[in-house]
Amino acid sequence: MSQKPNTLRSGPDDTGHFGIFGGRFVAETLMPLILELEKAYEAAKADPAYAAELENLNTHYTGRPSPLYFAERLTGELGGAKIYLKREELNHTGSHKINNCLGQIVLAKRIGKTRIIAETGAGQHGVAAATVCARFSFPCVVYMGATDVERQAPNVVRMKMLGAEVIPVTAGAGTLKDAMNEALRDWVTNVEDTYYLIGTAAGPHPYPEMVRDFQAVIGRETREQIMQAEGRLPDMLIAPVGGGSNAIGLFHPFLDDPDVQIVGVEAGGLGLDGDKHCASLNAGKPGVLHGNRTYLLQDGDGQIYEGHSISAGLDYPGIGPEHSWLNDIGRVKYVPIMDDEALDAFQLLTRVEGIIPALESAHAVAQVVKVAPTMDKDQIIVVSISGRGDKDIFTVGKILGYNL
Amino acid sequence: MSPTDGTRIDSRFAACAKENRPTLVTFITAGDPDLETSLEILKALPGAGADVIELGMPFSDPMAEGPMIQLATQRALAAGQTMKKTLSMVHAFRETDADTPIMLMGYYNPIYAYGNDTFLKDAREAGVDGLIVVDLSPEEDSELCIPAIKAGINFIRLATPTTDDARLPAVLANTSGFVYYVSITGITGTATPDAHRVAEAVTRIKGHTKLPVAVGFGVKSAAQASEIGRNAAGVVVGSAIVNAVRESLDAQNRATETTVSAVKELVADLARGVHAARSQAAE
Repeated sequence: MSQKPNTLRSGPDDTGHFGIFGGRFVAETLMPLILELEKAYEAAKADPAYAAELENLNTHYTGRPSPLYFAERLTGELGGAKIYLKREELNHTGSHKINNCLGQIVLAKRIGKTRIIAETGAGQHGVAAATVCARFSFPCVVYMGATDVERQAPNVVRMKMLGAEVIPVTAGAGTLKDAMNEALRDWVTNVEDTYYLIGTAAGPHPYPEMVRDFQAVIGRETREQIMQAEGRLPDMLIAPVGGGSNAIGLFHPFLDDPDVQIVGVEAGGLGLDGDKHCASLNAGKPGVLHGNRTYLLQDGDGQIYEGHSISAGLDYPGIGPEHSWLNDIGRVKYVPIMDDEALDAFQLLTRVEGIIPALESAHAVAQVVKVAPTMDKDQIIVVSISGRGDKDIFTVGKILGYNL
Repeated sequence: MSPTDGTRIDSRFAACAKENRPTLVTFITAGDPDLETSLEILKALPGAGADVIELGMPFSDPMAEGPMIQLATQRALAAGQTMKKTLSMVHAFRETDADTPIMLMGYYNPIYAYGNDTFLKDAREAGVDGLIVVDLSPEEDSELCIPAIKAGINFIRLATPTTDDARLPAVLANTSGFVYYVSITGITGTATPDAHRVAEAVTRIKGHTKLPVAVGFGVKSAAQASEIGRNAAGVVVGSAIVNAVRESLDAQNRATETTVSAVKELVADLARGVHAARSQAAE
C-alpha cells in the first residue's frame, strides 16, 4: 500500500490498487489499451487545456454548478437534521453521468479513437454517452440488458434519438452485468478504433480513478456551497451506491474530514437473505470481475449472482473498488435499503418537495428518512439526488396501480 | 532449474516436434453437458488424436468467449458443475492416462473463491499440468502465476495481436510450457484468422522465446489446423469441438448416444489435419 498515511485521498497506488482492491484483471488483448489509456489520462491531467475544456463544458453544456438545495419541507416532515439535496438531477441529461462522459469523450478525442461503446443499466449512462457522442460526432453503441431495455423504455428511445445503436443483451438475466460482459467482448474485438466509455467508478485501472476524478466535482462544489450556506461542513453525507460513481464523487473531497460521517446506500432489494438484492458490501465477499478485485455477490464456487433491485441502475453484483477499500478501513458506512423503502421515499420526496428522484436516488432519500429524525435540528445532512425519476414513472406507476 | 522444467507439457511438445508435426491441443468445457458425459469425452480425447487437453473451468461471466463456449459454460453450470467436480475429472482421467498433459483454462474468480493455495495443491494432486487464466495479466503475476510455478504447474500466457515487441518480454517473462498465440483480436470461435498474418506473428514471437508457440481462437477445421500448423508448434481447437457437443444434444440439452462419438470423429479429423501439416508444406 503506497497511500500516504495522513490522507485517504491519494489512492490508487501506482498499480491501480486501493488496498487489496482494484488492479488490472483483463485479457491480454486489452492490456496494451489500458496501459495506453493510463498514460493518456496522466498526460491530460497535466495539461491545463484539457482542464479548461472540461470546465467550459461543465459550465455551459451541463449547467454546473448544480444547486445545493435546502429541502425545507422534507426537513420539517422528518423533524430532525437539516437536509440539503445536491441536485445532480438538474444536470443536462438528468443525472450525474454526464460529468464522467464529458471527461472521457474529450480524452477519447485526444487519443484519436473514432468509435464509442458503453454499457448501461438504468439507461442514465447510456443517455449521457449517446449525448456526448452526438455533441462530439462519434458513432456510439450502447449495450443494455434486455430486461433493462424493457423497464427503462424512455431512456432507450432517448438514446436512439441521439443516434446511438442500442444492443439488447439476452445473456444471463439481461441486466447491467451481462451488458458489461458484452461491451468487453466488443472492445476486445474492435481494439483499433474503439474507446470503452465505462459508466461507473469500476473496471480495470485507470477507470475507477478516472471516473472518480470526473465525478469529484460533485463533492468539491458541495464543500463550497455548504460553507456558503451554513459556514461549516455537513455532519453527514448520504449517496446511493450501485457501481458507486456519484457516491465516490460526493465522498472523495470529504474523506479527510473525520467529523463528516459518510454513508453509502446499497440496494437491499427484497431483503439480504438469498440473492434478490444488490448489497455487495453487506452480503458479498471479495472477488475478481470486470477487471478489478472488489466485493461481489457470488456463490461459494465463485459464480456471480445476477442480483436484483427495483432500480435498474443499482442492479449490479459488484461495486467500485475504492468503496470496497473505504468499507474495509471503516471510513464509509454502507447500509442496505429495501425496494419498498425506496418506493416510499420516492413518493415522499415527490409529494413534499416537488422533486421526482430516480429510484437509485430514492434509496439515499430512504436512508435520510431513517436517520434524520434521530439527529439534532442543528445538524446537517447532504444527500445526493444523483438522477431524476422521469425514466422510472412507468415502473413506479405500475406498482402503485396507475392506469398507464 | 525451475520447478516446471520437464513437465508433461514440455515432453509432449518435444515429442510432436520430433515427429515434425504440430501438437493438437483440444478444448472442452468441464461438465458439459453433464459430469458423466464430459468425463467420457475427456477420456476419449487422447485415443481420438488429441495431444494436449485444455479443460475449461466454467464461469458465470466468460468475457473472452464467443457464443459457443458461453453456451457450453451455461450447460455445465446448469448441470451443477463446480471446481471440485472439475478437479475430480482430472483425477479420474489420470487413473488411466499418465502421459497426456491437461491444462485448466478459465477465469480467476472461481480459483480465488476456492482459495489459491488450496487450488494449486488440489490441482497438482489431481494431475493438472498447466493453467491458462484469461484475466490474469503479467501485471498481476504475484496473485497466482508465481505460486503456480513454485507448485510445479506451468502458467501458460496468452500473447495477442496487440502484444507488441515492447510488451512481449513482459508477457513471456513467467510463461512456461508453451506460448498461446491468440490469432485474432476478439472472442473465441468467431472470426477466421488470416493464416499469413498468423504466421508472421508466430515468427515474431519465436524471435523472443525458445518456448513452443501454439495458435488458437478461431481455428475450426482440419484444413485450417493444417495450414496454421505448418509454422506453429501447436494448434488449439475449442469452439468447434464444443459445438459438436451441442449439435449432438437433444432438445433438453441432454447427451445422446452420438455425443461422445461426434467429438471423437471431429478430433480424429483435426488430428489428420495436423499430421498432414508439414508433409503438405513439403509437397
